[in-house]
Amino acid sequence: MKHFSIVSILVILLTVIVYFFLQAVGLLPTQASSQAIIIDQLFDIHIGIIAFLFSLIVVFIGYSLIVFRRNKQMPDEEGQHITGSSKLEIVWTLVPLAVVIFISYLGAISLAETRKIDPQALDIKVTGGQWYWSFDYPDYGITSDVLYLPVGRQVKLSLTSMDVIHSFWVPEFRVKQDVLPGENLVKELRFTPIETGDFMVLCAELCGGAHAYMNSPVKVVTDGEFQDWIDEELGNFPQDPESLGERLAKNNGCFGCHSVDGKDGVGPTWKGLYRSEKTLVSGEKIVVGEDYLYNAIVNPNSQIVLGYPANVMAQNYGELFTDEEINNMITFIKSLE
Amino acid sequence: MNLSGIVKGILFQIVGSFIGAGIMGGIRALMGLPWKTEPAIVLGGLVGAIAFMVGVGAFKDWWKMALGEEVTEASEVVGKQGLSRYFGFSLDHKVIGIQYGILSMVLLVLGGSLALIFRVELAQSGLQLLNFVQFNTLVGLHGMVLIASILMGIAAMSNYVVPLLIGAEDMAFPRLNAFSFWIAVPASIILMSSMFFGGFETGWTAYPPLSVRGPMGIQMFFLGVFIVGYSSILGALNLIATILTMRTKGMGLFKMPIFAWSVLATSIISLTATQLIGLSFQLVMFERLFGMSFFTPSDGGNPILFQHLFWFYSHPAVYIFVLPGLGIISELLPVFVRKPLFGYKWVAMSSMGIALTGFLVWGHHMFTAGIEEYLRVPFMYSTLLVAVPTGVKFFSWVATIWQGKARFPVPMLFVLGGIIVFLLGGLTGPPNGTVSTDLHLHDTYYIVGHFHNTMFGGFIFPIFAAIYYWYPKITGRRMSETLGKIHFYLMTPSFFLMTFGQMRIGLLGMRRRIADYDPAMGFDFTQLLITIGGYLIAISILVFFYNLIVSAKKGESATGNIWNSRSPEWDILPSPAPVHNYAGIHFNVVGEPYDYGLIGSKYVELAQGIHQREESD
Repeated sequence: MKHFSIVSILVILLTVIVYFFLQAVGLLPTQASSQAIIIDQLFDIHIGIIAFLFSLIVVFIGYSLIVFRRNKQMPDEEGQHITGSSKLEIVWTLVPLAVVIFISYLGAISLAETRKIDPQALDIKVTGGQWYWSFDYPDYGITSDVLYLPVGRQVKLSLTSMDVIHSFWVPEFRVKQDVLPGENLVKELRFTPIETGDFMVLCAELCGGAHAYMNSPVKVVTDGEFQDWIDEELGNFPQDPESLGERLAKNNGCFGCHSVDGKDGVGPTWKGLYRSEKTLVSGEKIVVGEDYLYNAIVNPNSQIVLGYPANVMAQNYGELFTDEEINNMITFIKSLE
Repeated sequence: MNLSGIVKGILFQIVGSFIGAGIMGGIRALMGLPWKTEPAIVLGGLVGAIAFMVGVGAFKDWWKMALGEEVTEASEVVGKQGLSRYFGFSLDHKVIGIQYGILSMVLLVLGGSLALIFRVELAQSGLQLLNFVQFNTLVGLHGMVLIASILMGIAAMSNYVVPLLIGAEDMAFPRLNAFSFWIAVPASIILMSSMFFGGFETGWTAYPPLSVRGPMGIQMFFLGVFIVGYSSILGALNLIATILTMRTKGMGLFKMPIFAWSVLATSIISLTATQLIGLSFQLVMFERLFGMSFFTPSDGGNPILFQHLFWFYSHPAVYIFVLPGLGIISELLPVFVRKPLFGYKWVAMSSMGIALTGFLVWGHHMFTAGIEEYLRVPFMYSTLLVAVPTGVKFFSWVATIWQGKARFPVPMLFVLGGIIVFLLGGLTGPPNGTVSTDLHLHDTYYIVGHFHNTMFGGFIFPIFAAIYYWYPKITGRRMSETLGKIHFYLMTPSFFLMTFGQMRIGLLGMRRRIADYDPAMGFDFTQLLITIGGYLIAISILVFFYNLIVSAKKGESATGNIWNSRSPEWDILPSPAPVHNYAGIHFNVVGEPYDYGLIGSKYVELAQGIHQREESD
């Protein structure tokens, strides 16, 4: 019995130490959504259980190996002949079973809490594609490549993908939802930002190529700032073809592959592209003009520049954009000459 | 010319691959279609694999049987001796066990080296060494090559040890056994060849629609895994038949060494679940080759369907990987603490319990995937249920160690290391099991850390324990204790450095499978530590290989029962084990397998104490 008392005290001590150590190192990012608070409470319970079970097993093994070690004078000493105890086995089957069911119950409660629906939630349609995010605010008729969110108001994201599976994740908000292609597979994700500041949406599901860079800024702002942003987006931006083209390119994720500062990307940079000389995969040498640019947008595979992969750019921009929009974009590209 | 089997097999595979590719090209030419590489390499790969099996001689006996000719009984085949026997077709389960072991170690080195390359890329932010496709190919192959290595490793342990433990002369179906091993060789070659056909971008999980697009290397990946699957399924069938029907007289199921129970449990999973990953990969192959749109939503397919099929194998697969390792821990612990295995029947049943519950939990890989909302909570309950039989194992190990008189030779060090590392793997699991916390953890480096803990604790540490432990049975010599200790004391802290680093940055927002990360996140230093940890593990494994090779010739001679074990392969057989195991020896099971500390008791005893081997020889 003496041994069990000592071991019990050591287990409790180590549990406390491990628990407070794990709490002190700051395991998780800031809590920037009300869901993060709920989820972190469950994390806390997990950390407590981990600390206890780790200590229980490690202390028992360590104590036994040290205290009951072999007597140096008796190198052939054998252990005691104890083959088992059904009573103990039943205890350590049923107690963990009860704990497991209880944790699952807590898990279910926690999940339900994170999914509470606010009928006043702000609707945002999120589109993921290789490799960009695009955010539609149907209530305001705005499309943006930055996710602006008013603090304290629940948002309801409806997520869909243009191509492969992506996943919407902001670590500070904790919640994550895969983004699937297919009209019948639009998924919903709700959360309530509670802290203003700048965050990042990260694509969490491997989506090929520039997956690592499929990040977009998230700005959680006050109600007033949110309203200002909407006003600005709705009226106060320039309406000339060059600016309209730039907005179109930005909101459709073109910059994910084509830089405007000369940096090489998945696709050729747009800086200095116009009137430059390029060699195509076919070996043909061309000078980039308006016709080439138009063709490269609506039918990208037909004239791939040597050194860049085919089949990366979507083939349906000819259907998505009007001719006017495409011409705006070409005007913008020309401005980067 | 007398080429060894493997050389002939590979030559046949090369020729077969060209023939297969040529046939596809020819058919297309006859139809007036231009050359297309993708279908050609798929057919080439398939024909190449079959050609390999022909070349190595796997079909020879079956062909003769089909023609009604006489075939030598497997037990009467006099195989080659010496090193060359490991490189050709053999029916001896011990030779096949070693062959599996060699393949496993080769794949371990290959798969590990792939990780060493991409760890350099990740040691600092920015892109330095690799482009995206190369990085993704390395990450995906690291996963799958090591899965193959693990499957070969458990097959090595099961093949070599199980017949010896249960007193069988060989496996139930020796020819099928050889077939199961050899089919894995061309499969591994095909799997690795995916690098040379453009690589692939999908990671080892190969989710469509991403795997439907992109480089065609993915086809070789699919084909390689598909063929490795045959090895698993047929090997499992053989082991189940062997364990159920070939135990020596008096060895009831509850009197077999505990390792046999874990192999039985693992084999039941392999036999019944492997088909699902084969099927899911086959469907994507067909979608790419024939345009059958199983998984493309715009053509009426469903990408979630793939994930169900894939995880229905790939979650239980984790238990395939760890159960034999946990069995090794249960098998060796009593020998080294000189106490009976605590609660033998409970430990045996916990393996079966894990095998059973393992089939009910696949949905937890899809908590964020967009499965039906109401499915997440039931999958959470079933997932956490796995903790119960796993807990039984841990508590039984602790009770076995309690008051034991432990010895600490190298195998015991790896057993203890395995227990602690697997404990960390087990304890970091439940946060992935409860849905809301998993919403944060899914697809992060935390998962990477958790998974490496389960694989190292459940496979890597135990297989090293097993190799150090049974090496004298194979060679008649011991591996060096000093080098073994260097291996252990270098690998274990390096592993903790690696895995704690992985979990730490994962919790803070590091995603899996990204070639570059934002320096603003502050992960650079930890990433560098992870890389250093990985390289130190690699160095420790080089020490192990040096020890493994040198000890075969120069190791201290060990022909007897050096671990003082009660198990028949040590208690009755000399080392190295004779070619036909127990042929000519009759032994009876007269006690319990693990009654250490019970004076005068024995597990097995020679009938009338006569060494009949000498007479029959």
